[in-house]
Amino acid sequence: MGWLILGATVWALGWWINSRLSHRPKTRLTSLLVPLIFGLTLITIWESLVRGLDISPILLPPPTAIAATFAKSTDILWQDFVQTALKGALSGFIIGCGAAFLIAVAIDRFPFLQRGLLPVGNFVAALPIIGMAPILVMWFGFDWQSKAAVVVVMVFFPMLVNTVQGLQDTDAMQRDLMRTYAAGYWKTLLKLRLPAAMPFVFNGLKIATTLALIGAIVAEFFGSPIKGMGFRISTSVGQLALDLVWAEIVVAAIVGSGFYGAMALIEKAVTFWHPSQRGRT
Amino acid sequence: MMRNLVPILTVVATLFVLWYGAAVALNAPWARDQAARAGQELGFGALVVQTWTQDKPKLPAPHQVAAEIWKTTGKMVLAGRGFSKRSLFYHSWITFSATALGFLLGTALGVALAIGIVYNRTMDMSVMPWVIASQTIPILAIAPMIIVVLNAVGISGLLPKAMISMYLSFFPVVVGMVKGLRSPGAMQLDQMRTWNASASQTFWRLRLPSSMPYLFTSLKVGMAASLVGAIVGELPTGAVAGLGARLLAGSYYGQTIQIWSALIMAATLAAALVGIIGLIQRVTLKRMGMA
Repeated sequence: MGWLILGATVWALGWWINSRLSHRPKTRLTSLLVPLIFGLTLITIWESLVRGLDISPILLPPPTAIAATFAKSTDILWQDFVQTALKGALSGFIIGCGAAFLIAVAIDRFPFLQRGLLPVGNFVAALPIIGMAPILVMWFGFDWQSKAAVVVVMVFFPMLVNTVQGLQDTDAMQRDLMRTYAAGYWKTLLKLRLPAAMPFVFNGLKIATTLALIGAIVAEFFGSPIKGMGFRISTSVGQLALDLVWAEIVVAAIVGSGFYGAMALIEKAVTFWHPSQRGRT
Repeated sequence: MMRNLVPILTVVATLFVLWYGAAVALNAPWARDQAARAGQELGFGALVVQTWTQDKPKLPAPHQVAAEIWKTTGKMVLAGRGFSKRSLFYHSWITFSATALGFLLGTALGVALAIGIVYNRTMDMSVMPWVIASQTIPILAIAPMIIVVLNAVGISGLLPKAMISMYLSFFPVVVGMVKGLRSPGAMQLDQMRTWNASASQTFWRLRLPSSMPYLFTSLKVGMAASLVGAIVGELPTGAVAGLGARLLAGSYYGQTIQIWSALIMAATLAAALVGIIGLIQRVTLKRMGMA
């Protein structure tokens, strides 16, 4: 009972602080502080519900137990991180996005290909591509190469569609200006169209970051060596070692947000001129 | 439309040619191996025929997949067993019901959150960052755990899969609806105030109607995401029923043709569902005078 009261009190307190903070003028500090307090109250409520209602740790371990497991098994987590995130997801992300970018630039030269490939690409981007995972695991074996292949297939089409769209995002006036400067195809591409495409490219890259991690982890369900985040999750669920599963999820969440945040930072540096980035300090 | 048709058909035809070519390249080693064991020499023509007719090819040729799909759908309907457990319609229906339930739950949750975020400043500042952060967690990765845990507390069948679909589909709806509900400009909001409109009138007559185009766009994304969620949710249930289960069973027994036919079926389902939303969108927006 005590735990439940604690949870309710923390919730009320957190909400009160947040509503006070959010009604004051928005500053950088409050826009960071408010979500942080909200997250902390959520974790406290989780902890107090699990302890107060005596929920079995097999079903839902309390955050403190997860933190303890996390601290205890850092070597396993690190090994899985290297296998899945660095070898599988990152290499696939680089190959897939790089290939999609180059092909998009090539397509852009031929309007015929553009008209044909864009609808097909849009269609494929909406398909459940994750279903390709068992096939690719069969082709490329159990190790990280097959995971990278799944990631390549998953990130390719969103990236392609976004880049092609971005390359079309210049208007006639700007292109005419380049022509009056006597700029050829390459110069126009490098000085005008690629920079103009960057907001779209980064949109594609951001979508691809989450897809990459999902692809690499899910592909491991179809067969993997005895390490990797997907492997650990599926075997630990079988052993009902749910605190280790949650520790892997924490790793995945940190990697996912870090990856996304890194992309957002690079975007900010590259597309500082774009209206969506201006006016933000 | 006609202007785009020729290029699209060209691209699709090229894809089929590549597919057939890849089938020859990938299946050739096995075919040569078989021929060498039988002490025969394969000519090019014989090799091509062999690679397109294997039982368990590395990459089945399109006509093999088409034949398998026909065998498990149309032919079974003609035999009067259109809904038997071996028919792809049965498996598609299982997947579809989880997708639809998850999609409805996700849309409801998304719209509710969006209304809260638009009308409550505290919620805007505290919930919105977490909604975005929630999607950087690869939820699909913990789908098996959710299924197993919910099974352990006695919830099984449709609901666990639908929960995963819900988690995936609520995000695009929240983001789209927040944008949509905020899309009326200051001028329009002022006009409502001049008419002395109450908060609920402003919502029903201005904010909600102007959010419709945004809603439909995010519904399409949400529907595709929720199908992926349902398919992955079927993986850990031990390959009982559903398109995801067909994928897993196919990968266990090396039945590549079965994997591909399930994949094509999933693609068709996705295209059909997104197409239906597109249709509703066109009709609704036309009646509202927005398209």
